[in-house]
Amino acid sequence: MSRPMVEVRGLHKSFGTHEVLCGVDLTVEAGGVTVVIGPSGSGKSTLLRSINRLERTERGYVSVDGEIIGYRRSGDRLHELSERHVLRQRAGIGFVFQNFNLFPHLTALENVAEAPISAQRRPRAEVHAEALALLHRVGLGDKAGAYPRQLSGGQQQRVAIARALALRPKLLLFDEPTSALDPELVGEVLDVMRDLATAGTTMIVVTHEIGFAREVADTIVFLDEGLVVEQGPPDRLLDRPEHDRTRAFLSKVLS
Amino acid sequence: MSLVSSINRKNADPPDDPAALPADLAGLRVVRARHPWRWVFALVVLVLCAQFAHGLATNPGWDWYTFGGYFFEKSIVRALVVTLELTVAGAVLGFLGGIVLAAMRLSKNPVLQAVSWTYTWVFRSVPLIVQLLFWANIGYLYETLQVGVPFGPGFFRFETLHLVSSLGAALLGLALHEAAYAAEIVRAGIISVDQGQLEAAAALGIPRGRQFRRILLPQAMRAILPSAANELVNLLKSTSVVYVLAIGELFYQVQVVYGRNGRVVPLLMVATVWYVILTAALSVLQYYVERHYARGALRTLPPTPLQRLFALRRAGGAR
Repeated sequence: MSRPMVEVRGLHKSFGTHEVLCGVDLTVEAGGVTVVIGPSGSGKSTLLRSINRLERTERGYVSVDGEIIGYRRSGDRLHELSERHVLRQRAGIGFVFQNFNLFPHLTALENVAEAPISAQRRPRAEVHAEALALLHRVGLGDKAGAYPRQLSGGQQQRVAIARALALRPKLLLFDEPTSALDPELVGEVLDVMRDLATAGTTMIVVTHEIGFAREVADTIVFLDEGLVVEQGPPDRLLDRPEHDRTRAFLSKVLS
Repeated sequence: MSLVSSINRKNADPPDDPAALPADLAGLRVVRARHPWRWVFALVVLVLCAQFAHGLATNPGWDWYTFGGYFFEKSIVRALVVTLELTVAGAVLGFLGGIVLAAMRLSKNPVLQAVSWTYTWVFRSVPLIVQLLFWANIGYLYETLQVGVPFGPGFFRFETLHLVSSLGAALLGLALHEAAYAAEIVRAGIISVDQGQLEAAAALGIPRGRQFRRILLPQAMRAILPSAANELVNLLKSTSVVYVLAIGELFYQVQVVYGRNGRVVPLLMVATVWYVILTAALSVLQYYVERHYARGALRTLPPTPLQRLFALRRAGGAR
């Protein structure tokens, strides 16, 4: 069996005196979709942000595709990497934010093309052609010249997904990608994510869309108070949870 | 037209519908609300303006003949160029210093933060005119400057009297003063950019320098520009303070002339009108630069005054 895409071991993170992650362990296989659910404040977003080191953690480590994120190992020591090297590691991990964070002064095409050109130093013409193809793939081929403010929330989030894909990442992280959207726009974003899942992209998705989780996830992870309470395939975790806390949470969101 | 629509309404709405308005309403004549006080105040203000204009034209004290004679006079134009040079050099050096100071203040290095904060505090505290006199008298404090190993041997020595001429002192004072204000303006612009923008850039692995130039700065410019333009206008007028160092800028030169011929008011008007013209030119420049950086911030850019004019003419021609 090949090595897992993501390994999280004993991850701790505090904001001031408040401990958000209290020793999280998680393994994500390549090619699978992992959905992380849990009550608000359970540490879902912090866990996701720690995987590409947008959040620095106090203890524990994360490795993506066998590479320890934020550190370089030499012998029995871990040297903390400078921001420059962390940036290089991040370019292999796509991240989609809850509120899109598109660059408002750049067009949709420029948003998608920016990182491949400046972070991966790929030739401009090739990147532009690929960016246009990616916009077509998310159904926005005709919006390449539009600025983010001229697009709906759902369209902006699809541009953000295309932007993450442009780096040809080995892993895609989604932080509540539909939570900032009007209800009628959620479907178009989930459709794009469903396509990606079918294409075999490794994805970790933090979401409240239990229906999407049931349909697309290979594994659902339930996080509460900074710990993984339980995990398993959707039908088992959603229909026959083992823990009371999981049951209590699901009874609230499924009612 | 109104009659027809009222008949249509009558046909459409059954008369026994209690919620419907009386059907004959649409046929009534509308009398607009009148605003008599608007007329009164407009008239009062217009009369005052007319009085002022009349005074400008008829009061011999303004002496427009002398004004006209000196407006393009050679020494005045030369002084105007000095004023412009001081403004441009002060702005360029000041804003370069301001960018460095803002970067220091926002860095994670506590020493740099403290130095930047202290600089801004000191240079905002000292009145420009006091600072200028300090620089002009630097020779009393330090007779020589030398470049070398700190606390060790030196390699080059300068006499400060030769190094800091009065023009040099003026420029130094303006630039150092300006840098303190520019630092705050630049910092305000940078912290006004949503934190999510830098997070997104970091998540995409965009290099730090590129994050600053391509993502942060263009967005910060929206907040920086209005204050920066304000500061530039302020600087343009602050150059008049350097007359204390006997530098031949506009205000100094005007004083020299009226010291000779005693025509104080018309010569002050020469300086005033030139300052107004330069400020107007800066304002036009500001409008177009701000418009450039509004890309993406507005759904559609408003037309420029020129475009509006052409649109009016086209509409007039079509009529």
